[in-house]
Amino acid sequence: MKLNKTKMPNVLPSERANNFNEVACGYDFDSAEMEATRCLQCKNPRCVSACPVNINIPKFIDHIVNREWEEAYYAISEDNILPSICGRVCPQEKQCEGACVVGIKGESVAIGALERAVGDYAIINDLNRVMPVRENTGKVAIVGSGPAGLACAYEIRLLGYTVTVYEALHKFGGVLQYGIPDFRLPKSIVNNEIERLEKLGVMFKKNILVGKTITIDQLKSNLEYDAVFIGAGAGLPISLNIPGENFAGVYYANEFLTRVNLMRAMEFPHAVTPIRTGEKVFVIGGGNVAMDAARTAKRIGAKEVVVLYRRDREAMPARREEIIHATEEGVSFAFLRSPVKIEGKGYRVKKIVCEKMILGKPDQSNRRRPIPTNTYETYQADTVIIAIGQRPNPILSRHTKGLKTDMKGYVIVDETYQTTLPGVFAGGDVVSGAGTVIHAMGQGKKAAHFIHEYLIQKKKIDTDK
Amino acid sequence: MFQITKKYPLNQDVDALWVLAPFISLNAKPGHFIILRSKDESERIPLTIVDVKDEQILLIVQKVGYSTEELCTLNEGDFILDLVGPLGQAIVVKNVKRLLAVAGGVGAAPLLPQVKEYAAQGTKVDLLIGAKTEDHLILLDEFSHYCRNIYIYTDDGSKGQKGFVTKDINEILQKNSYDHAIVIGPVVMMKSASQITLKHNISTDVSLNPIMIDGTGMCGNCRVSINGKTYFACVDGPDFNAEGIDFDELIARQKYYEKEEHQCRLGLNNR
Repeated sequence: MKLNKTKMPNVLPSERANNFNEVACGYDFDSAEMEATRCLQCKNPRCVSACPVNINIPKFIDHIVNREWEEAYYAISEDNILPSICGRVCPQEKQCEGACVVGIKGESVAIGALERAVGDYAIINDLNRVMPVRENTGKVAIVGSGPAGLACAYEIRLLGYTVTVYEALHKFGGVLQYGIPDFRLPKSIVNNEIERLEKLGVMFKKNILVGKTITIDQLKSNLEYDAVFIGAGAGLPISLNIPGENFAGVYYANEFLTRVNLMRAMEFPHAVTPIRTGEKVFVIGGGNVAMDAARTAKRIGAKEVVVLYRRDREAMPARREEIIHATEEGVSFAFLRSPVKIEGKGYRVKKIVCEKMILGKPDQSNRRRPIPTNTYETYQADTVIIAIGQRPNPILSRHTKGLKTDMKGYVIVDETYQTTLPGVFAGGDVVSGAGTVIHAMGQGKKAAHFIHEYLIQKKKIDTDK
Repeated sequence: MFQITKKYPLNQDVDALWVLAPFISLNAKPGHFIILRSKDESERIPLTIVDVKDEQILLIVQKVGYSTEELCTLNEGDFILDLVGPLGQAIVVKNVKRLLAVAGGVGAAPLLPQVKEYAAQGTKVDLLIGAKTEDHLILLDEFSHYCRNIYIYTDDGSKGQKGFVTKDINEILQKNSYDHAIVIGPVVMMKSASQITLKHNISTDVSLNPIMIDGTGMCGNCRVSINGKTYFACVDGPDFNAEGIDFDELIARQKYYEKEEHQCRLGLNNR
């Protein structure tokens, strides 16, 4: 057996510098089938337990080996409805591929790339799960069209219920639409997946900010929904709380990425929303959002993009592949730097001052804690992008009586994903904090089954009355 | 899609649009705004809900740039592609006897629903209203139903006193007593007017209009510094107590895309 993964072709860094085309090109049939044969078909597959939604990985890979692509898709879709997306954005090295036995002696099986190939096959050939024969009576509203909401909507629809997804923005997909750039996840994939859900009978309504346009109470009383699922995500940017943070030229990554991904600022002035980087951009943070912002800044014309991170390279939460791609594209990194002040002139960014850190003992996250050294460095900067995390948007909880959140704004749920309001469920980042697409989807899916149980109980009580 | 049911000009630069929006009209309160996108590729722009009637909302639009001009090319019967709201915090009407309302230019539009609320609870309202020229004074008839005294200012003296709306505030505050003030207009005007009212120890509200994208607290483009703390105008505002607002920072943030705005307008003129 080959010790190394079958290579997935990438667009050359020089060719991708100024456009938003997808960087990783995906496997063709032959490469996928070749890679699939590397799977050992373990009796107790560690990859499956390392997958947040426990996809039957050996099963779908075995189908690929036998060139049964349709069956491979149905095997995945038992557990995951968005393989094209997860194959592209999951941190596989921390999940399935991290657990793969083949990875002990050589490189693990490229499970993510195979999942993506199967997902893309399903999109191209318009494969859909057979619809449930028996419709169930009951209406469910989903708040938010991101990963959690989509997964929940799909599952609820399969259980036969009427389901409508409400989205505040003018396009569906949540973070998949406004957050993740095209070069990592083409929007055509997201839009395609939404269309496929529509074909299953899931209804989508945009421009509706639940809590403001319509309250959860109104959804239940005026529009007669029997249950509500909140998958509103974690959309509120966390601030650095340092002087100069609100100067012109300081962006939160959310704004920077939304201008490009949702508003298409890279097509300015054809698309009317502008964006500006200047020559020198500093991105603060070490996660996927920071990588996305840095690589986007490079593409729209920044000469120099530097990622400032307060820990070291090994501790970066970003996917390995994104760090490699960013480096290939000319993004540079300054590790062990913690920003303390942004200096400006006329309220415009001019400099960023960082404190140098050293690494101490491991902290709660099991990474070595950065410790301040009281020595500082100042860099000239035209733009600063803050990408240090997000929390849930407070709008819904502010405008929903009885919906309890914790101190940080996360919606409190019980073991059935039910919130403090009966019949109102929640899952994904709004509950557990900025996590991965697949974690959010996993929660949405699980919540769907508890919603099903709740609706059965509710019907019983209603008929007994 | 949101249909424009009625459209009429208030002057050469300002249009009034009634838009069918049943859900929004149901929950809209004074102080709320919407964000709209005229068509694909358009910017998302915030506009105050000036009035609500029969499932429709009233928007008053000043053609200040590419996107507002684009919006105003739509006619009665046409559709606005995307529109979301009501956004922001509704105003909290303070229990006051005498209110000084100050409007600059198209700031009269967001001011009107607030003045109405105060008048409805029996507050006596005096209005200072200023604009470039007589033509640019808007909503005077409407205000006259709710205000006891109206002082008018124009830059060119074509109506009322010649000069800025801030010209006589000092004097008026010395002559009369007020419990509260609301100032809405260009940021520079809100800054200078509120400086005077605050000096007279009158609590003063302003309505901020920074650049916004989503309008739901997600992007942070609209953040403002108030007494060293950060607020999002879209979810914490748009109305704020004027004390401690860093107006200069807000101006810098508003002007950040001036060059790009110019580029867009060139495109518009060439069409």
